[in-house]
Amino acid sequence: MSGSQKHLKGMSYAKYGYLFALPFILIFLFFTLYPTIYTMILGFTDAQGVGNTTSFLEEPFENFRRILTNNTFITSLKNTVILWMLNFIPQITLAMVLTAWFTARRITIKGQGFFKVLFYMPNIITAATIAILFNALFGYPNGPVNDFLVSTGLKESSVNFFVSKTGSQLIVAFIQFWIWYGNTMIVLISGVLGISPDIYEAADIDGANGLQIFFRITIPNLKTVLLYTLVTSLIGGLNMFDIPKLYLRGGPDNATKTVSVFIYDLAFTGKQQFARAAAASMLMFIIISLCSAFLFWLLRDKEAIALEKMKKQEMKEKRKGMSGL
Amino acid sequence: MSKNAPGKNKWTVAYTVFQYIVCILLTCLSLLPFIIMIVNATRSSAQIQAHAISFLPGTNFSANMKVLTTKTFHPLTGFFNSAIIAVSATFLSVYFSTMTAYSIVAYDWKFKKAFFALIMAVLMIPTQVSSIGFYQFMYKINMTNNFLALILPAIAAPATVFFMRQYMIPALPMSIVQSARIDGASEFRTFNQIVIPMCKPGMATQAIFTFVTQWNNLFMPMILLTEKDKWTMPMMVSQLSGDMYKTEYGAVYLGLLLTVLPIFVIYFILSKYIIAGVALGGVKE
Repeated sequence: MSGSQKHLKGMSYAKYGYLFALPFILIFLFFTLYPTIYTMILGFTDAQGVGNTTSFLEEPFENFRRILTNNTFITSLKNTVILWMLNFIPQITLAMVLTAWFTARRITIKGQGFFKVLFYMPNIITAATIAILFNALFGYPNGPVNDFLVSTGLKESSVNFFVSKTGSQLIVAFIQFWIWYGNTMIVLISGVLGISPDIYEAADIDGANGLQIFFRITIPNLKTVLLYTLVTSLIGGLNMFDIPKLYLRGGPDNATKTVSVFIYDLAFTGKQQFARAAAASMLMFIIISLCSAFLFWLLRDKEAIALEKMKKQEMKEKRKGMSGL
Repeated sequence: MSKNAPGKNKWTVAYTVFQYIVCILLTCLSLLPFIIMIVNATRSSAQIQAHAISFLPGTNFSANMKVLTTKTFHPLTGFFNSAIIAVSATFLSVYFSTMTAYSIVAYDWKFKKAFFALIMAVLMIPTQVSSIGFYQFMYKINMTNNFLALILPAIAAPATVFFMRQYMIPALPMSIVQSARIDGASEFRTFNQIVIPMCKPGMATQAIFTFVTQWNNLFMPMILLTEKDKWTMPMMVSQLSGDMYKTEYGAVYLGLLLTVLPIFVIYFILSKYIIAGVALGGVKE
């Protein structure tokens, strides 16, 4: 009895902490950390193709310099930003409007559950399938969209959506928007539902109208969730691969080529320029890390402030206690 | 602000009608592409060429199937490969993530804080950025075309660990663990027979998301799997945009339908939990 009690109180359980975390740590070291470091190292070599010998470059940053001056890389970086903005701005706008409607307390929309299920649905469907489905839908000259345009008389003849650079970018951005707005809406709704109802009641008593409540209460209280959505969407946008790769294989004329597609094409097609692709990956890694760091800085800030407040209060109480003595 | 003012009422009705119209339009937007896909999967290429939009199914389902499968698209191969990868990865990911979360919640160890900070730091970093090194590494140890290269990394899933930790803190009273210890249960047994059953709802949510993410994954399998009999469903789909199926419209729609069928079934059975999971987690992959 006394033996087991000693066992319960003692520090001997710590080893199980290590033991239970071990599978994660091993797999992380083996499949994540090592490949990341390896990619970093490859960026300084002349690795090309499979089975070739590789050696370090005499000028260590040559790959990075070449990537940064590579027109296709610059185009793909620009495209990524354009495609992300074209999808994110309408996405967050529509998600906000729907959130306002679905959480309004005066006019409640019936069938909300049904609408949520259907708005979210595209998010769960295989992106590869969606890309090729939209390629078929916008087909030239006989795709469903052209059938609709010609049959209704909106256009006299079929439109070839695939040759227009702007058109293709808009369609890829639309697909991304269509896939993600439902997800963003659900995250925002859960954010709104987390706001204390007392604040809304107080606003009601003060006679605030729906718009005032939305802009003065909902949005300021949703700041953290909005920032979270923004940063995760930005990181997701930087990795955009399936849709641009399969919708038009990055075309026409690289108009829908994103950084991820650029890296893939560089490393796994043609000459298999692993070293350059690794350098591009590392540049992307830096951008993404900066975005993540920014997010954590924003989120941590609040907690730190709260902690500091608590500490100050504690100090005050201590001082009070001291003066009482 | 009086509710009986007639002007206000009219405005409210118009506003409500507008809201419903927008919601119904968005519903159509979600459904139409898939309805066209399903209907066209049963029509002949000639019919689709004449009029690509139709809401009446045709009779060409089996003919389309024949065209589809006699070329490079093998739905059953893709289905089995994807199922093997997605099911094993989901099982490993959820089990070991729960175990990792438990190690953080239940035990005090020296590097716990640093370990949790690491998980938070890599939470946002996508696997894509290390893909070049990963591929070269797998190539060197002869693991390209090996499903284990896609399955094993799922054991270290920071997002799932993070979710399970958040879930466990309120859901798992440590007093139960303590009483199991007093009863003489080993730590490992306590985890498997007490902790796991108590965390089941959270694990189920994560299992759905991990499965769907794994099933839909294109980037990594595309890099690693070069042998055609190892291809996954999303890789099979990419075949449909090739020249081989250029004029086989009906077959392409059918192929697309086959790839999403399992996801549709899962979604319409579990949609309630999935929506709740999105609202709860807010963690995007």
